[in-house]
Amino acid sequence: MSINCSEENIKRLNEMAERMRLSALDMALASEKNGSHLGGSLSCIEIMAALYGEVLNINPRNPLNADRDRFIPSKNHCVLAHIPALAEAGFIPYEEILEFQKDGGRLTGYPERKEIGLEYSGGSLGMAISVGIGIGLSFKERKRDNKVYILMGDGELNEGSVWEGFMSAAHFKLDNITVIIDRNHLSYDGDTEDVMGIEDLGEKMRSFNWFVSKCDGHNISQLLKAFSESEPLKPHIIIADTIKGKGVSFIENKREWHHHTLTKEQYDTARNEILGKEG
Amino acid sequence: MSVTSKDIRIWSRLGQRGSVFGVKMPEIAENKNNLKLLTADLAVLSGMERYMTSYPDKFLNVGIAEQNMIGIAAGLAMEGDCVFATTYASFIAVRSLEHIRQHLSYLGCDVKIIGSSAGVVAAKSGVSHWATEDLAFIRALPGITVFSPADSLEAMKIVDYASKTKGPMYIRLSGGLNCPIVYKEDYEFIPGKLKELKKGNDIAIIATGLMVNESLRAEKLLAESGISCSVINAHTIKPIDKEGLEDIFKKHKMIVTVEEHNVIGGMGSAVAEVKATLNNTPKQVFIGFQDTYTAAGSQKFVWERAGLTGELIAKRITDEWSKINDR
Repeated sequence: MSINCSEENIKRLNEMAERMRLSALDMALASEKNGSHLGGSLSCIEIMAALYGEVLNINPRNPLNADRDRFIPSKNHCVLAHIPALAEAGFIPYEEILEFQKDGGRLTGYPERKEIGLEYSGGSLGMAISVGIGIGLSFKERKRDNKVYILMGDGELNEGSVWEGFMSAAHFKLDNITVIIDRNHLSYDGDTEDVMGIEDLGEKMRSFNWFVSKCDGHNISQLLKAFSESEPLKPHIIIADTIKGKGVSFIENKREWHHHTLTKEQYDTARNEILGKEG
Repeated sequence: MSVTSKDIRIWSRLGQRGSVFGVKMPEIAENKNNLKLLTADLAVLSGMERYMTSYPDKFLNVGIAEQNMIGIAAGLAMEGDCVFATTYASFIAVRSLEHIRQHLSYLGCDVKIIGSSAGVVAAKSGVSHWATEDLAFIRALPGITVFSPADSLEAMKIVDYASKTKGPMYIRLSGGLNCPIVYKEDYEFIPGKLKELKKGNDIAIIATGLMVNESLRAEKLLAESGISCSVINAHTIKPIDKEGLEDIFKKHKMIVTVEEHNVIGGMGSAVAEVKATLNNTPKQVFIGFQDTYTAAGSQKFVWERAGLTGELIAKRITDEWSKINDR
């Protein structure tokens, strides 16, 4: 796998991330009174942009290609980041993203739809890591070079079965697995270290025999560098330090924006902030 | 492959679990490239040594981590493997339940779950190791076929069928070593169809798992006192054989369901769910754990507490039958 870390490419991915952020706002507005998971989606926009814009070996014209990498979302409430990424990558038309809550729609409820790049449907936290390990084992056994990328939240690391998964991925020497932790420091009820502390996460993962990278999860250049690192026979975890609600000042680091409604006024303010316009 | 009476005796000694993992799974592995057998640190106890040695690439031990096992099984199945995952029924059907719901029931991953030591064969280990609600849990999940074999031969036939058939399944293996023989000779296993083992006139005893043998014993005792019973093996709990049940309801005056399971949510409930939709059906007596656990002890001790021995099944049926006839 060769990752293009050129300035030009980083600029392209940052522009992609900005468009995705705006799409996330469009989706949040479209969700009306239902509200949406804006905070945790905005925190993983750059991670998604790096994955779908550069890292993942995927092709929307051949979505079921056996050689493709697998992206397994574990923090499945981050649809507001994932669906725009699928649109950017060409799996769905941009116009469709606002249909993510349409009754019976093909994006509704974040289903499994491999033909449009949705490899896995989860939602209950902590379960996807095990599935990713199963897929990684299968690639190893068939001597295939496909990679498995699993995006996890930091709050879901409270789930016990996650650590069963971490233990087993290292035991089975699955160096074809990369877990990205969207380390935004907030779960539904507040600061992760107040609710249920997970630090020192890097040390924990090293002691579990994982190869650990750390980076600023909003810095595309750092993300690409982290994705390009690896150590033979070890699964890779990238602890991406992020800000929940990144890009919108009144959402950033606000617990209540884990799931919240967005008014038209707030939408306009947020949009202007992202575009760098004065309010 | 012809089955001899000697085979049947050997498999009976090995029990359902020993026959499935010691004899049947190696046989399947020989011809099935995409087979995977997963265990949660129960390989040796389950009699998998021959399998592990002969087919190391088709075997995976995930340690004592049942949830992770089902998630991994789902990932393997997504990539095209035919996956069997096994440990004690009490753990696999309960600790892993959400993984089963999400990955097998909702996403339809082709994973066959084998829960061993179902019922109370681990009686002295205490309730933690009993599985007397597993059928209720799994039966409530859409899309999962549920089997409960009566003896070792049937367990092997079900596992063989599972290896050749797509779709998620739960196979409930009961008992330990020395599983009583229900089928004394080879027979045709038809999935989804109730199997009549004895034909009688008055009462239909529908049983599953080890209770099939106990019900056959009860039938003999009842025949001696002039009560004529059919004995029917419900090896497929889901989908339940609606046509077969309808026919049974027409031909008998009382229905008795017998299971080594809570009377809530198990095979008896599956029968009652069909009966409730029909007019003029006979009364049903539910024999099983009466929504309670008993004190721990030997399997015989627990069965006696729960009314699950041939003698106690016969006694209960006699009482219930006399209530009908005294009216």
